[in-house]
Amino acid sequence: MRTDELIAMLATDVEPDDPDVVARRYATALGWGAFGATLVMAVVLGVRPDLDAAARLQMFWVKLAFPAAIAIGGVLVVARLSRPGMPLGLTPGAIALPAAAIWLLAAGALIETSPTQRMALIVGSSLQYCLATIPLLSLPVLAAVTWAMKGLAPTRLALAGAAAGLLAGAIGALAYSLHCTEMQAPFIAIWYSAGMLIPAAAGALLGPLVLRW
Amino acid sequence: MDDEVQPRSNEERLRELLVRGRAGDAGAYHAFLRDLSGHLRAFLRKRLARLPEDVEDLVQETLIAVHNQRHTYDATQPLTAWVKAIAKYKRVDLLRRRAACELRNESLDDDLDLCSRDESEAVTARIDVAALLERLPARQRVSIVHMKLHGLSVIETSRLTGMSEASVKVGVHRGLNALAAMIRNRR
Repeated sequence: MRTDELIAMLATDVEPDDPDVVARRYATALGWGAFGATLVMAVVLGVRPDLDAAARLQMFWVKLAFPAAIAIGGVLVVARLSRPGMPLGLTPGAIALPAAAIWLLAAGALIETSPTQRMALIVGSSLQYCLATIPLLSLPVLAAVTWAMKGLAPTRLALAGAAAGLLAGAIGALAYSLHCTEMQAPFIAIWYSAGMLIPAAAGALLGPLVLRW
Repeated sequence: MDDEVQPRSNEERLRELLVRGRAGDAGAYHAFLRDLSGHLRAFLRKRLARLPEDVEDLVQETLIAVHNQRHTYDATQPLTAWVKAIAKYKRVDLLRRRAACELRNESLDDDLDLCSRDESEAVTARIDVAALLERLPARQRVSIVHMKLHGLSVIETSRLTGMSEASVKVGVHRGLNALAAMIRNRR
């Protein structure tokens, strides 16, 4: 087929398209994904029984704000990676900033604590459970964000997959934080981050296989 | 396509044509694709110097990708960057498929290069859309043939085929995507 014939063929397909398609797809994906993660958390794990009391503690909100802020940064990065040739600009900073903040808090908490007690702040009482559950809760969002991305045009597939995984991990951690009773900044800085990085790593591996177009 | 050789006005003009095309102006969109194909050919010819016979295929594949992904262009973004990213992605995709093909056929006679194309059809691309169309489901094929090849409108196609206007539109859209997938998988 000659190229001008192909052009003539393509040029007749001029249905006005949706300029907000990127925002719309991610809004749908995150809505369903977050709903799925919260539902699984509430039904299978259960919301922590002392939620009322916990909500009066500053640390409870810090624990919520950390994954929420990572998720916001994740959305910004994911949306840019979904458009060919769109530079990331400062958006990775929106992920780095909350990470830096929680690590500062964690360092402060560790410095204030006597050396013999430090290990307890880090290890907590639910380390393995936390590490396994955040990636599991991230699965609904990972599936939904992958769907959204597949309808768009990521060109850096490993990076796009990693960002999608991190976003999914952040929403998974957000849902998990309503169940988890750990309240020490070092625990959250280390194990919540690790829990989010597991789906991010999975996304980096799966991206080149799944996101091709 | 290069920033250094492409005057600023070219970028502006192409962008305006694309924006008008996306709003439904078929003439502007046709002009956009035609001008773009020239830039793409020059861009890819430089970057595919070792596979000159593949340039036209890649131009067509990139045009189909630009068409199918036109909703991912943000009007505030430089058009050149967007098109280049798509062309480079399709180029890497082609080279990867080519490498995989060469790996599979390694044991064959060196003179018989199954992975390169026949030089004799250098002017037109190897893709025979007519043959590929035959492999589409009837509803998609009929929609594309009437609308794309014969230039009928959605309403005319719908009247002619008895399909609803919505299924004609869906048929064209899915059919073009399926065609793009087939072209991709041919190598």
